Amino acid sequence: MSPEPDGDTPEVPDDVAALIGVPQYPITATFDVERSYSWDTLAATQNGNPLFWDDDVAGRLTGGPIAVPTTLSLWMRPHYWEPGATGEQVALQVHFDLKARFDLPEAVMTDNTLIFHTPVRPGDRISHQQVLRSVSGPKTTKLGRGRFWVIDIEYLNQHGDLVGVESYTGFGYRRDDGPNP
Amino acid sequence: MTGSDPQLLESIAVGDVLPTLVVDVTPTTVVLGALASRDWRPMHHDHKFAVERNGVADIFLNTPNQAAWFERFLTDWTGPAGRVGRMTFRMRDSVFPGDAMTFSGTVVSVGTDDVGCGWVEIDVELRAANPERGERLCSTCTARVAVPVDADDNPWSRNGERWRP
Repeated sequence: MSPEPDGDTPEVPDDVAALIGVPQYPITATFDVERSYSWDTLAATQNGNPLFWDDDVAGRLTGGPIAVPTTLSLWMRPHYWEPGATGEQVALQVHFDLKARFDLPEAVMTDNTLIFHTPVRPGDRISHQQVLRSVSGPKTTKLGRGRFWVIDIEYLNQHGDLVGVESYTGFGYRRDDGPNP
Repeated sequence: MTGSDPQLLESIAVGDVLPTLVVDVTPTTVVLGALASRDWRPMHHDHKFAVERNGVADIFLNTPNQAAWFERFLTDWTGPAGRVGRMTFRMRDSVFPGDAMTFSGTVVSVGTDDVGCGWVEIDVELRAANPERGERLCSTCTARVAVPVDADDNPWSRNGERWRP
């Protein structure tokens, strides 16, 4: 951390800077990839792509059914509730860690990059890990005052094949005139 | 969709415009998209939370569902042989119930990579219009999509070193 003159808020505290580039939360999904979630996504977007609706097309193009590529993050999202769980179950834990660390009660995503590799198939079990890439200094937007951060996620199937890489830019913020984050 | 008439690389040129997609967004659109993507965060289904906590006008389209809309827009055009390799989008404003969202896209590059895969790069805009909020540019997206170089090619058959998204 670079010293800040006159006791100003440091750009990125040491404990947060130490996490940049470090893989966190290596997790394997608790459920297998299943076709019904693809159909939910297709229904939600009125997507009639026959690759996902017609098994003959899927057999010809992809050797059998595959998941809709943009469902990538879905497979790592926890159930809303499950036995033994307490509190809100959240995906992308690093994002929520940063909200808590900087005491920023609200957050939105501003940017998303998705890179698709080996197709995800029904029956796959997906794993991922999260890597914090950067954290900004305090910023003010129309939503409030807070910080931007970038988190990368690498997704693998049960064979260790890379199925996708995702990057989110989040903005955690506080709406009121409270203390600077 | 146009899946019965797949796009081949040779038929695509820089400046080509994709067919526009217009969707009237309802609360169901937003909630269905959020739950389909297993996104349980309340700003995507709880009006009061979105307004009072996030400080926005209403519940709004979540990120994974927005990605799925971009995918649908792109593959409506390519047909099922089109394979999205990469997409990057920036969300400048939110999409709310009551909006008419319009997807438009233009081809900005066409070519083949070192292993012979045909790639098309497309700039996409998502605009929303609403009598109260007017028309806004909500998201911009750049997508890299593989399409067959000829009738015998299948981008989905590529993997490992032959797939460079």
